[in-house]
Amino acid sequence: MESAFIENKNPGASRVTPFLPNGVLAMIFFVAMEVMFFAALISAYTIVKSGALFWPPPEQPRLPVTATAINSLVLLASGWLLFKANKSFSVKGGQEAATRLLRLSIILGSVFVLFQGFEWVRLIGYGMTMTSSTYAGFFYLIVGAHGSHAVAAIFVLAIMLGKLKKNQLGQSEFWASQIFWYFVVGVWPVLYILVYLN
Amino acid sequence: MAEAVTTAETTEGAHSHHGEPDFWSKYIFSTDHKMIAMQYMFTGMIMALIGGYMAYVFRMQLAFPGESVPGYGTVTPLAYNSLITNHGAIMIFWVAMPILIAALGNFLIPLMIGCDDMVFPRVNRLSYQIFLLSAIILIASFFVPGGGFGGAWTAYPPLSAQSQYNLTPFGAPMWLLAVALEFVAFLLGGINFITTTMNARAKGMKMYDIPIVVWMIVIASILFMASVGPLIAGAVMLLFDQVLGTTFYNPDAGGDPVLWQHLFWFFGHPEVYVVLLPAMGVVAEVITVFARKKLFAYKTILYTTFATGILSFFVWAHHQFIAGIDPRMAHIFTVTTVLISIPIAEMLFCYIATLYGGSIRLTTAMLFALSFLAEFLIGGVTGIYLGASGTDIYFHDTYFVLAHFHYTFFPIAIIGFFTAIYYWFPKMFGRMMNETWGKIHFWGTIICFNGIFLPLFVLGMGGQHRRIYNFNNFPDLATPEMQDLRIFATWSAVAMLVFQIPFLINFTVSLFKGKKAGKNPWNANTLEWVAPSPPPHGNFAEMPVVYRAPYEYSVPGREKDYWPQNMPD
Repeated sequence: MESAFIENKNPGASRVTPFLPNGVLAMIFFVAMEVMFFAALISAYTIVKSGALFWPPPEQPRLPVTATAINSLVLLASGWLLFKANKSFSVKGGQEAATRLLRLSIILGSVFVLFQGFEWVRLIGYGMTMTSSTYAGFFYLIVGAHGSHAVAAIFVLAIMLGKLKKNQLGQSEFWASQIFWYFVVGVWPVLYILVYLN
Repeated sequence: MAEAVTTAETTEGAHSHHGEPDFWSKYIFSTDHKMIAMQYMFTGMIMALIGGYMAYVFRMQLAFPGESVPGYGTVTPLAYNSLITNHGAIMIFWVAMPILIAALGNFLIPLMIGCDDMVFPRVNRLSYQIFLLSAIILIASFFVPGGGFGGAWTAYPPLSAQSQYNLTPFGAPMWLLAVALEFVAFLLGGINFITTTMNARAKGMKMYDIPIVVWMIVIASILFMASVGPLIAGAVMLLFDQVLGTTFYNPDAGGDPVLWQHLFWFFGHPEVYVVLLPAMGVVAEVITVFARKKLFAYKTILYTTFATGILSFFVWAHHQFIAGIDPRMAHIFTVTTVLISIPIAEMLFCYIATLYGGSIRLTTAMLFALSFLAEFLIGGVTGIYLGASGTDIYFHDTYFVLAHFHYTFFPIAIIGFFTAIYYWFPKMFGRMMNETWGKIHFWGTIICFNGIFLPLFVLGMGGQHRRIYNFNNFPDLATPEMQDLRIFATWSAVAMLVFQIPFLINFTVSLFKGKKAGKNPWNANTLEWVAPSPPPHGNFAEMPVVYRAPYEYSVPGREKDYWPQNMPD
């Protein structure tokens, strides 16, 4: 291939008007794929559950339903704080409030993940591991898939917080990362109802 | 073809601006969409040669069981399993996908919609690097103890989940990891394709001004993204079953092996259309240009593509008619399966109607495009017997199925690729390919292809099952008549591989010595022919503005029989 570069005469101006910013659009498609991923995990779980004689198996420990319910509220609160942070971010002079709200949102998200990890340690202590039963395997698979998404999303939000502090945060990248966190928050109640309340 | 190259123009409009980049940043770590397309294309071609070599080895084993295969040696049963598994996986995931979606999508989308690059160039580069890593892992898996994965490319558990059955303790997880990484690569690519087409089109290019091939690649990417999630979930579960010893698919411990089949085919069937649609798009472009006629019923083709895409999510269980699914469910899936032939047939009719009354030019690209229609039709028609749950009980897992899907996948992956390469080669490399050698290659490939797979239909109807190492162990299948057909198919396969040598020589020689191509050697309308050949980094000297739909050929009252999209009047 020839390597000559062409200097475009203002390429951006010669395009159609975008419907949504590139990053937001890409995140929407990515989240759509993630929805299908979790839909598959949920349907696999439901199919195996409906074919089982005892669910959960009698020898396996019961899941901490109430504690996780409270933990779920922590996660939902984190999502709500992020929403508020975006509201402050979009008004003039609201940057300081946005920083505070975003930091709080990240802290609550981290509390959720850490408490989930604490629960796992206790369950493993009771003899519930990935290989102890198909039931336990599905529990760790689904909750673990959600947890790893939450960790990734918190990491992204932390980068956004760093940019916000340096006043370098763009509206569209902030939107895109919010969409990811809202997905992580939004899918959790569904997983909680299906996995914990059986 | 002399008149087609009269508008040859030189590539001087491009002035050097950034200076000469070094080898690594130009060829290896480039973010230029065209270079990434070339990386995908050449990787795909190398993988096609590996996959073809595997086919040669196991076809020789089937024709002359137990004898030493020239260039390989004696085929053991374990090696046979590994060869057929990896032949299937390579041809679909490492040949059809990278060439049709990734290479053509990367090369064509920015050029055809008139923009300078993908909207996420670095994500694009990452996509190829992950893909390359997946290919390396796959090839490395042939050399680990136990050899490459031998549980068939569909990887049904418990055969694939437990190494005491597949006997490839290291090959199996490596294969699965390679497939998963490959999906990540195409996920990144697909997001890029969709976003670029939505946001970066040239000014004036409305929805119905987008060339069909771009539409098809974008819709294929959407299908891929919507269907791949379940397979990633299923693959993670299978990997855990293999490596950690979980019991998701183990019926002894409360798991469900048929669950994998659902997750696999929920992806696997849309995947057929993921690779079919770009090939259909390529054929549409080539047919209109060489029939010098407006594409018949642009909107109908587009809507039938949407219909195909939606229906493709409701047909997957036709792969499982004898897996113990509920017969009532089988009826529903029979109906949806037969239903999906309607939009595809409609599309083919539109293509034939485009040819009707056109002034057809039988270039090599056009010959391949026409043969695509004929060969894919055979694949489609034989699919009806397999889609009907009644007949499928007899045909399931026979060579009839095998011949059927090779009559769909060979036109898609190989004929589709050749159509594209003979048509866009001047744009890719700035030189023309030799037409005479192209036609020798065409006839050799097409005749031999039919010679391979027509006998396999007959063998399949005679009850010959797939995935059998040596038919001499089955007296009913070891008759001299059946063996003759096997030998005929094998020699056809060898001849077809030999006929690829003219192509490789033609390709290499044309790359350096071919006749210089102008900007628009075929007198085509779409925007890629506005850019210099080969297009430099940044594609267009002046970003094009679009004034009309892409297929205005032979418009009455115009002097020339084509009307480029960017021409104001």
